[in-house]
Amino acid sequence: MTAYIVRRLLFIIPTLIVISIISFIIIRLPPGDFLTMYMSTLMEEGAEINHELIEALRRQYGLDRPAYVQYSRWIWGILSRGDFGYSFEWGQPVRALIGERLLLTMVISVGSLLFAWSIALPVGIYSAVKQYSLPDYIFTFLGFIGLATPNFLLAIIFMYIASQYFGTGAGGLFSPEYADAAWSFGKFVDFLKHLIIPLIIVGTSGTASLIRITRANLLDELKKPYVEAATAKGLSKARRVLKYPVRVALNPFVSSIGFVFPQIVSGEIIVSVVLNLPTTGPLLLRALLAQDMYLAGSFVLMLAVMTVFGVLLSDILLAWLDPRIRYD
Amino acid sequence: MGKSVSGDEMTPKEADGSVMPENGVTPGDEVIFLAPPWKLMWWKFREHKLAVAGATVVLIMYCIALFAGFIAPYGATQRMRQPLAPPQIPRFISDDGFSFRPFVYGLKGELDRTTFERVYVPDTSVRYPVEFFVRGAPHKFLGLIPTNLRLFGVPGGGTLYLMGTDRLGRDVFSRMVVAAQISLTIGLVGVFLSLVLGIVLGGMSGYFGGAVDNIIQRLIEILRSFPTIPLWMALAAAMPPFWSPVMVYFAITIILSMIGWTGLARVVRGRFLSLREEDFVIAARLSAATEARIIRKHLLPSFTSHIIASITLSIPRMILAETALSFLGVGMRPPAVSWGVMLQDAQNIYSVVMAPWLMLPGIPVVVTVLAFNFLGDGLRDAADPYAGLN
Repeated sequence: MTAYIVRRLLFIIPTLIVISIISFIIIRLPPGDFLTMYMSTLMEEGAEINHELIEALRRQYGLDRPAYVQYSRWIWGILSRGDFGYSFEWGQPVRALIGERLLLTMVISVGSLLFAWSIALPVGIYSAVKQYSLPDYIFTFLGFIGLATPNFLLAIIFMYIASQYFGTGAGGLFSPEYADAAWSFGKFVDFLKHLIIPLIIVGTSGTASLIRITRANLLDELKKPYVEAATAKGLSKARRVLKYPVRVALNPFVSSIGFVFPQIVSGEIIVSVVLNLPTTGPLLLRALLAQDMYLAGSFVLMLAVMTVFGVLLSDILLAWLDPRIRYD
Repeated sequence: MGKSVSGDEMTPKEADGSVMPENGVTPGDEVIFLAPPWKLMWWKFREHKLAVAGATVVLIMYCIALFAGFIAPYGATQRMRQPLAPPQIPRFISDDGFSFRPFVYGLKGELDRTTFERVYVPDTSVRYPVEFFVRGAPHKFLGLIPTNLRLFGVPGGGTLYLMGTDRLGRDVFSRMVVAAQISLTIGLVGVFLSLVLGIVLGGMSGYFGGAVDNIIQRLIEILRSFPTIPLWMALAAAMPPFWSPVMVYFAITIILSMIGWTGLARVVRGRFLSLREEDFVIAARLSAATEARIIRKHLLPSFTSHIIASITLSIPRMILAETALSFLGVGMRPPAVSWGVMLQDAQNIYSVVMAPWLMLPGIPVVVTVLAFNFLGDGLRDAADPYAGLN
C-alpha cells in the first residue's frame, strides 16, 4: 500500500510540471499582452497614450523578457514565496484575489460531489435491485435528462423559477448584509442556505452519471453465482445485496470520482458565471478576456492542481478498497 | 445485453439442446448462423427501441439543419420592428368555431404608461391564416439556389413568431432552426478531428507498446485530469477578435478535439490490445498473412463498430461544449448563430423574467444530446453482435 502511494505521489510531480507548462502556454497564446489590450482600450476611449510609460511598465512586469524566463520566474515565485504574480487589471497580487475564490470553488465542488454520492448510491442500488420497475424507469429517465441538460441551462431555469415564484434571486453566495462582513455564525448559516441551489445545479450531471454506473455495476454483480449461493443459503435480501455486491459495485464508483470531479469543477465555473457566485468562474472569464495573464494562468493552474489531487485521492481510496489494484 | 431476443436465440446452449431436431439446428437458427455481422448488428440495434427513436430524432434534426432556410419563416438576422414580442401560437378555434386552417391573431405593441415597457397584446380583430409554401425573405435553398419560397408563414402583412422575438426583434424560432447548422455540425467536425488524433495516437500506443505506449498513456491521464472548461475557455479566449466566423468555427472544433481525442485513443488502444490476442488474428498470422492484411481484413472490421459507437457518444459532449463556450461569450460570436450564442441572451435574470422564451434554444440542445446518447448506447450494444454467443 505504501509503495503504491509513493509511486502515485511520484507520478504527480511530472504531471504538475506538464500542467504548469500547459497553463503558461495557453495564457501566452493570445497575440500581444495585457499592455497592448490596455492601450487599445485607452485608444477607444480617446485618451492620450504615454508610450514611455507603457514601455516602462512592460519592463517592470518583465513582459519584454522571453517566455521561458517569464515562466521560470512565475513558477519560482509560486514555489519559493507563494507569490502567484501580479494582476495587471486589479493592481493587486494574484494571491489576494484568488485565495478565497478558489476555496469557495472547492467547497462547492466537493459539496456537489458529496451531494452526487448521497443521491446516486441509494438511487443506483434501488434501481438495480428493482430493475424495470416504475421508479427505476423514472430514475433512468430523470438521469438521462440530467445528463443531457447543460448545467448553465439548469442554472437559468432555477433562477427563473426562484424569481418568478419565490420572489428571490438564486444568485450569489451571501445575502447583501453579510457580503463584506467577517465570518461569523450568522454568515455561515446564510452561506449554507445560499449553497443549496448551486450544489444541486452543479451536482446534477455527476449524479446522473454516477446513478447509471452504480446501477450497471450492481446489475452485473447481482447476476453472479455467489449471490445465487447466498440466496440459496437463505440470507435476507438486504444482506445479500448490501454485504458483498454493493461493496464490489462501489469500486468503479470510487474510480469514477477521477473523471467526475474535473467535470464538476468545470461545471462550477460555468454555473458561477450564470449565478454570479463569488467563486472562480466570473473572475477567470474576465481575466482571460482582458489577457490578465498571471491571474488567468494562476486560476487555470490551481484548478488543474485541484483536480489532479482529487484524482490522486480517488486512486488511493480505490487502492485501499480494492487490494487487487495495489499489487498490480 | 442478453435481454435481446435474437441474442438468446443465438446461444449455442439452446442450439445443441436435446429438444432440438436431429442436427440441433432449426431453420430459424440457420438464418442467424449464416447472417453476416452487419446483419446481426442491425437486428440487435433494431430491438433497442430507444436507440431507434434516438436515430430518428438525430436524422430529423440534421434534416432541419440541411433545409434550415426553407423551414424558417424568417431570416436568422432579419430584424422585425417588434423586439421581445411573445410567442404567437397558431390556433384552430376562434369565436366563430373551428377552422381547419390554423391562424394567428395580429400583434399590437403598446407602451405601458406606468412602467414604460413595451407590452404586446393579441389583436383579436385581425386574423392571419398560416399557409404553406409562401413567399418570404430571400434565402439560398441548400446554400445554393436563391429563392424566396419558405415552408410556411403568414402572407399579407401579419407576423408569425412561433417562439417570440429577441431583443433585436429577430424571430427566435427561425434563428433556432438556422442555429442547428452550426450547433449540429461543430460536433461532427470536432469528432472527426479527435478521431484522426485518437486513431493515430491510440493506434501507436497499442501497436508499439512499451515506452511509446507509456508516454501516450501518461499524456492522456494528464489531459483527462484537467478540468475541461477552464482549459477550453483559455484556448477560446485566445482567438483574435478579428477572426471571421468560419475561422472561429474551425478553431473551436480544433480546441474541442484537442481534449476529445483522449477518450477515443483509449478505446482504439483497448480494442487493439484485446484483438491482438484473439484466435482469429493468431490464426491469420500462422497462415502467413501480412501485417497489413491482418490490420485491413481482420482488425479494422471488428474495430469500426466500436469506434462508431464511441464517436456517437462523443458528439453530444462536443455539442454541449460548444454551447457552453458560446454561452460564455468565448465561442461562436454573433453574427454567427448557434444555440449557445442564442442562449447568451438569456444570461441575465432580467431578460429571462421579461422574455422567458429566450430560454427555448435550450430545448433542442437537450433533445439532440439525449437522442445521440440513446443512439450511442444502442450502437454500443449492437457493436458486438457475438456477445450473446459465449
